[in-house]
Amino acid sequence: MSEALLALDDVRAVLHSRHQSQALLNGVSFSIAKGEALGLVGESGSGKSLTTRAITRMLDPAFEVSGSITFDGAPVLSMGPSELRSYRSRDIGMIFQDPRAHVNPVHTVGDFLTEELVRNRGLSRGEVEHRAVALLDEVGVRYPERRLTQYPHELSGGMLQRVMIASVLLAEPRLILADEPTTALDVTAQSDVMAILDEQRRARGLSLLFITHDLELAAACCDRLAVMYAGEIVEQGAHVYESPGHPYTIELLGARPSIDERLDRLPVLRYNREIHEQLKAEA
Amino acid sequence: MNTEALVVARNLRKEFPAPKGMKSEPIVAVDDVSFELFPNECLAIVGESGSGKTTVARMLVGLETVTGGELSVRGEARSKGAGSLADRRRWAREVQYVFQDPYSSLNPRQSIGDTIQASLALHARGNPGKRELKLKAQDILDSVGLAAPFFGKRPHQLSGGQRQRVAIARALAADPAVIVLDEAVAALDVSIQAQILNLLSDIRSQREVSYLFISHDLAVVNQVSERMIVMEQGQVVDAGRTAELLANPTHPYTRSLRAAVPRQGWKPVRRERLAS
Repeated sequence: MSEALLALDDVRAVLHSRHQSQALLNGVSFSIAKGEALGLVGESGSGKSLTTRAITRMLDPAFEVSGSITFDGAPVLSMGPSELRSYRSRDIGMIFQDPRAHVNPVHTVGDFLTEELVRNRGLSRGEVEHRAVALLDEVGVRYPERRLTQYPHELSGGMLQRVMIASVLLAEPRLILADEPTTALDVTAQSDVMAILDEQRRARGLSLLFITHDLELAAACCDRLAVMYAGEIVEQGAHVYESPGHPYTIELLGARPSIDERLDRLPVLRYNREIHEQLKAEA
Repeated sequence: MNTEALVVARNLRKEFPAPKGMKSEPIVAVDDVSFELFPNECLAIVGESGSGKTTVARMLVGLETVTGGELSVRGEARSKGAGSLADRRRWAREVQYVFQDPYSSLNPRQSIGDTIQASLALHARGNPGKRELKLKAQDILDSVGLAAPFFGKRPHQLSGGQRQRVAIARALAADPAVIVLDEAVAALDVSIQAQILNLLSDIRSQREVSYLFISHDLAVVNQVSERMIVMEQGQVVDAGRTAELLANPTHPYTRSLRAAVPRQGWKPVRRERLAS
């Protein structure tokens, strides 16, 4: 096993409100090696997005976070402001579900791609544009020079997501956090975007944390999977999809309709919090 | 099938005017589309975003006017214009629409019970009293798996799956011949999606209603529909029985859609460069 780039150990996030304290992350542990892709899979409310926010230290201050998160050996939870800024902007690149919500609609694609590097890394705009054009071409954007002068609304969702990938690659991060990057796209654009992400990541030896609700998609694009339920990782490994061991994973896989066969009725998940707690008590 | 078709589309066409300031041709969203929907059947329309599938459905409920060709429900043609209020009410009674995002299609200030009663009152045959409406609304909510305690709740108090059940109940309240389900399960978690798909199948075994099921998810389409049409850039490029088309796709576009569905042993593939 090669060295871990990102490691979470027993991460807990407890939300304190006036009346109660609720643990929304309940002892999350996993690690991602250099060059490795981990798929974090779960349904809404399982805590997968909270986990990415814990990793980037972007959780609401109302959360009390404990446990340890290390990036290349450095403890993330105790980073000071300047260290944290460099960690967020240089070490990590983020891709979200809705690219349109993350670009400024009144700025051109060129502005969006160059701003960060020109402002914070002292590069000239011409230099960055030159690299941006090459990258846009690599991620399959046609007429890349023309794109720089276009506005986000002129691009389709699939195209804009490619621009996001290019913007992340431009900053040369070491870890990409992709939170449901294809959920808003149709199947063909999804296949496209994932193929590009996979190819670019491998070519550059980047690590990937891929957050999704789609076990099949994660299995196809990642080296290992971790399945989340109720703020916990219920199982993780390289063969979770082919041979799931946890009852939740097994039921989740069974509930998904298949393109090859039509069932009379889809099996409905019986797994719930009660069974979950019971299983934990037995273990 | 020898029964008469409920919905008939013949050479259906929809143009949108070119964007202002551009001297270009009008945008043809739907181009020469023909299909039939039979009683108690589920017909799926599949295609990528921008293929025109939603525009077809919107014309069917009267949310868009028809530019050319013919679109009729039970033999009555959808007029080219917006239609009078009475027309539109009659159309709504026959065709109901369930949207992808129930949260934005439900009134946040109205309780679930009131939402269903409003639909019942609007579409009722005869003149039901308050008590009757309430009992009926409870019946319908019960049939979509929402028990009595949900009656007084508002949309924000419900989960995504429960909200979609409300949207389905509201559609059923009109007692329609056709329900359009436009990506109705696309935003739901797998576990909830299974429940809603089962519910849709239960409803169809209990009453006579047809579904026009719009989706880009071929696995879901395989589970719910008997027949499907495949749309690309406004045109129907492939049509047939769902199981056959998916088992043995011959049209290249249908094949590429099928090839993009993640499944065991699948790897994402990259198409050629995107121009738009």
